[in-house]
Amino acid sequence: MLLGVAGVMAAGALAARAATLVNGAGATFPYPIYSKWFDEFHKRSPEAQINYQSIGSGGGIRQILEGTVDFGASDGPMTDEQLAQAKIPLLHLPTVLGAVVPVYNVAGAGTLHFTPEALAGIYLGTITRWNDPAIASTNPETKLPDAAIVPVHRSDGSGTTYIFVDYLSKVSPEWARRVGRGTSVNWPVGLGGKGNEGVAGLVKQTPDAIGYVELIYALQTKQPYGDVRNRAGHFVAASLASVTAAADAAAANMPADFRVSITDPDGRDAYPIASFTWLLIPTRIADQDKGRILRQFLDWMLGEGQSFSSGLGYAPLPASVIALERKAVERIQVGSS
Amino acid sequence: MEQAGAALPPPGGRIRPALAFRPAPVPPLAARPLEPLLVRSGGRRWRIGDPVFRGLAAGFGLSVVGITLVIALVLFRKSAAARATFGWAFLWTSVWDPVFLRFGALPLVYGTLATSAIGLALAVPFGLGAAICLAELLPQRVADPLTFLIELLVAVPSVVYGLVGIFVLVPAMRALTTPIAATFGWIPLLAGPTYGVGMLTAGVILAVMIVPFIVAVSREVLLAVPQSQRDAALALGATRWETVRQVVLPYARSGIAGSVVLALARALGETMAVTMVIGNRPEIAASLFAPAYTMAAVLANEFTEATSNLYLSALIEVGLVLFGITLVVNALARLLIPPEVGRA
Repeated sequence: MLLGVAGVMAAGALAARAATLVNGAGATFPYPIYSKWFDEFHKRSPEAQINYQSIGSGGGIRQILEGTVDFGASDGPMTDEQLAQAKIPLLHLPTVLGAVVPVYNVAGAGTLHFTPEALAGIYLGTITRWNDPAIASTNPETKLPDAAIVPVHRSDGSGTTYIFVDYLSKVSPEWARRVGRGTSVNWPVGLGGKGNEGVAGLVKQTPDAIGYVELIYALQTKQPYGDVRNRAGHFVAASLASVTAAADAAAANMPADFRVSITDPDGRDAYPIASFTWLLIPTRIADQDKGRILRQFLDWMLGEGQSFSSGLGYAPLPASVIALERKAVERIQVGSS
Repeated sequence: MEQAGAALPPPGGRIRPALAFRPAPVPPLAARPLEPLLVRSGGRRWRIGDPVFRGLAAGFGLSVVGITLVIALVLFRKSAAARATFGWAFLWTSVWDPVFLRFGALPLVYGTLATSAIGLALAVPFGLGAAICLAELLPQRVADPLTFLIELLVAVPSVVYGLVGIFVLVPAMRALTTPIAATFGWIPLLAGPTYGVGMLTAGVILAVMIVPFIVAVSREVLLAVPQSQRDAALALGATRWETVRQVVLPYARSGIAGSVVLALARALGETMAVTMVIGNRPEIAASLFAPAYTMAAVLANEFTEATSNLYLSALIEVGLVLFGITLVVNALARLLIPPEVGRA
């Protein structure tokens, strides 16, 4: 009995010594799928241990620039200025897709239809009442109340906010000029809730409120969310299929470095408020073991790994994007040559 | 308390302090390995324990000062970019725009001070009343378990207060304040709209959080007032209320003030619970019901996603300002404590 325990412990110690630890940090939005991936990958290659700290995209970008982690992760692409600071050029690799949906608390309302102009107007403060023609005209079947809209936004810096305001910046010139895009912005109106749960909580209990949350969050909490009109003029409900359709539409013009915003895409069935989330990988990895493991992981993630996405509420990458990424992964140099 | 008392040398036993000192639990680090040395040195005039103890204690004492200085220095240096860009205007401008990189901390400073003031205004009467009740009115066998319960409140994590706040307090505040704003909305302080979240709600949450500090410390202070003081007042014909008001409270004033300072420090720095119920809007509004923002909350919210250097630097400067305000408020509070009763 004791011998058995000792044997197990010794085996554990050996395995621990053989394991190579790869450290990453960054975005919180994809954390559930990343931790699932690293766990599953560890089961398949026990010598590979990937440790991921979900400290936020900003932290991930800072740490990969300072070289304190082996890879970073971000919900928004890095700026040219930030990329120029990197000692070793960094690669953006899309991993999964997320969508942001408008949620609301309007008595008696079913699924509401929002035009881009209505969403921008609500958050700019130019549309202040629910029965404003800009909202009412696309929802003839719902009797909207003559009540003041209470817009709710994220108070914490977040990739969700980035996706939402990136979309508003594209559909509203006034938004682009007055507010702009970022993980935190200077909101013209509204209340701030901390985290998806903070926004959802405020919307749920404040009559006549509207907010935005990640699609996964709305699905998990069974909150009703609105359809949004896309470029092609169709009102589309957010779903894994309509989000992948948005990515597919964008894949045709995918830039070589994958830094692309896919909000407000073309495509009949594309949901317009969606985005990739990226891993930030150095193009040269000096440490042989770490480099080999990261490349193996990326290969696996682009293949079998994608099948875990939809179960966790993320839209998988379209095949066209995966093919492009495989080529990019091959260009990662491993070793100190 | 009891342990320390047991370790005191008996009267007249001072000639052999080394022996009397031995069972004391005071610094086990220094005391134990040094015993053989003590014996060898003859145990008379010079003992190695004294300088070692003095050195250690001084070291620990200075390290507290050192940590404070290091924090201030780091905040000062890391905020260099923001200080160079915005200068003193950082303190009195009101725009907080992470996209166009314009930062002014005035609404945050205002929100921090206003919510803390509301919290104190609500917590001091409650806390003091509870402390008087526990120390002066209730028999000890009732007061002790009650005090224990109140002290438990200190250990509740602030995120729990925040959750209770968002699910219980916020709807209650909305229900309560909506008719007030409808009736008295012409007074700017009570103007609508009422969201449930806002400055007043944050103040109420803070009050709940800091009441235990005030109760726990004030009760100890009240219990420390010598019984002879009360007896004298009662013997002069004072009622219980007069005794408490004219004898016990003045005697304990500085200790009570100390408990309030402690509570204020916690209120100024409180982060999670406040950010969950304040509405997080960097604006200065006259109404108590309006959403606001505090310095600690903006740090907690935006620090992780701050990518540009100037943005990060501005957030660190907010930390520096908060540090400075805490220092000033604490110093002011110390000045307010009347020195003649400072020994109570």
